Amino acid sequence: MNMTPTARTIDVPKSNPRGHAKMAAAPSKTKIAARSVNFFYGEKQAIHDVTLDMPANEVTAFIGPSGCGKSTFLRLINRMNDLIEGTRLDGTILVEDHDIYEPHTDVVELRKRVGMVFQKSNPFPKSIFDNVAYGPRLHGVKDKGKLAEIVESSLERAALWDEVKDRLSDSALGLSGGQQQRLCIARALAVDPDILLMDEPASALDPRSTAKIEDLIGQLRGSYTIIIVTHNMQQAARVSDRTAFFYEGRLIEFGATEQIFTKPAEKQTEDYITGRFG
Amino acid sequence: MMSLSPAGDAARNKLRKRQALLDRSFRTVCAICTWAGILILFVLIGKILYEGLPNLSWDFLSNFPSRKAEKAGLKAAIAGTAWVISLTALVSIPVGISAAIYLEEYGTKNKLSTFLETNISNLAGVPSIVYGILGLAILVRMFQLGVSVLAGALTLSLLILPIIIVSSREALRAVPPGLRQASYALGASKWYTVSRIVLPSALPGILTGVILSLSRAIGETAPLIIVGAASYIAYTPTGPMDQYTVLPMQIFEWAGRPQDDFRDLAASGIIVLLVALFTMNALAIWLRQHYSTRLRGK
Repeated sequence: MNMTPTARTIDVPKSNPRGHAKMAAAPSKTKIAARSVNFFYGEKQAIHDVTLDMPANEVTAFIGPSGCGKSTFLRLINRMNDLIEGTRLDGTILVEDHDIYEPHTDVVELRKRVGMVFQKSNPFPKSIFDNVAYGPRLHGVKDKGKLAEIVESSLERAALWDEVKDRLSDSALGLSGGQQQRLCIARALAVDPDILLMDEPASALDPRSTAKIEDLIGQLRGSYTIIIVTHNMQQAARVSDRTAFFYEGRLIEFGATEQIFTKPAEKQTEDYITGRFG
Repeated sequence: MMSLSPAGDAARNKLRKRQALLDRSFRTVCAICTWAGILILFVLIGKILYEGLPNLSWDFLSNFPSRKAEKAGLKAAIAGTAWVISLTALVSIPVGISAAIYLEEYGTKNKLSTFLETNISNLAGVPSIVYGILGLAILVRMFQLGVSVLAGALTLSLLILPIIIVSSREALRAVPPGLRQASYALGASKWYTVSRIVLPSALPGILTGVILSLSRAIGETAPLIIVGAASYIAYTPTGPMDQYTVLPMQIFEWAGRPQDDFRDLAASGIIVLLVALFTMNALAIWLRQHYSTRLRGK
């Protein structure tokens, strides 16, 4: 595993709620920073005071039992929770030092930079080509040659090109489950994001397809900042550089994956990863 | 554990026999009910075909109505129905689908939207004659449309709008939410998502609802009687403000005559109307099959 020597835990100063000052120099630059984030669905508080720094070009895994807020927190990073009525955020989320919840944030631009892969693969009922080209077309790419180029390179980066290059005009719904999920990754990569959010990307797949997705995450590490939510602790251990453990809407512990899985600082983390609850 | 003694066995056998008997009788009753409906339908169609087929000829389709049964034809009614249904489609399809999109994709949940939703479903159940009276009071009198194709088409549009809205909303709701999320996550706006993803996916369902409601409109008589569809017209409409008659109106008129010849003509008219209806319904089924296989991928 490519561990960074200075794994930083949650020792982030909370006295800096707007977070405009750069974080203390660290070998891995912070890409996404959450500052005292509270999040509410109506009256119900789903996230309690989470402060977390996610480093650039590394894989950060969110683990925790169902309903612990890890998926909700993930969806805050590309403002997908905006689509749900009656939600409210308190605190700050910074992507490269920009407060993404500022009133004049361009959500389109944000979502272009922050790609997302969902738990259930959701290819559009269109051809394989049109699925990948959807994002580039949306953002104004019209030239056919350029589109073809983007589609090929995206499918290649998603390790799907060789399997589909002869049937790009076939419907994406004819692909297998694992292929569909890799297509969804290709579709997210096609708009050239630098952050990739993955919400349990392999939970609906068989072990072989899961292994392929995990390999793919390994290949994408280094070029993309990847945040992955997973129920599968072995998966978190295999693919991630850092792990955040959530429980009941709170961030319990955050640190290098190796440290979290070998010598967790918190009792709750230890109980969870050793399977005593959750 | 259940008792395995012989006495227990006997009791269980009795129970099992009774249940098997009940099962068989229930099945028979259901089958009889099914066949009763179908049989009556076949008898009706058979009677219509027996009475109506002999008159069915090119002349019957291309003649205007006449006082003499052997010369009377459906030309005015066919042209009138074509006019009325085309105009109805032109008005009700865009309005109905837009309303459904608004309610399903844009409308926020509040008291007003709940009120609207409940009432649209209620409107779908209002008897058609009520729409006729509404059309007479508002379209024919207030807006001075008079007895015209336009007034008839607008009345029928009002009648089928709620059905189109309800069925279109169902089709929109059946589009997996994951598709919308995927589109939004790529930075798409609502308009882009609806026009590129949601609407194409919902189209087969929407079209089915539209065609079925138009085929309801094609058979409507009551509201058109009230807004003044004529029963004897010897010309075809040339514009939306012309007078008109429609197929069911003509059938109604013929069926009311004392002469047997005209009643046979009514049967022939029914055949023409049924053929039009079945064609539309077949089109709806074909569209649904065609698109759903395309959307499923193979």
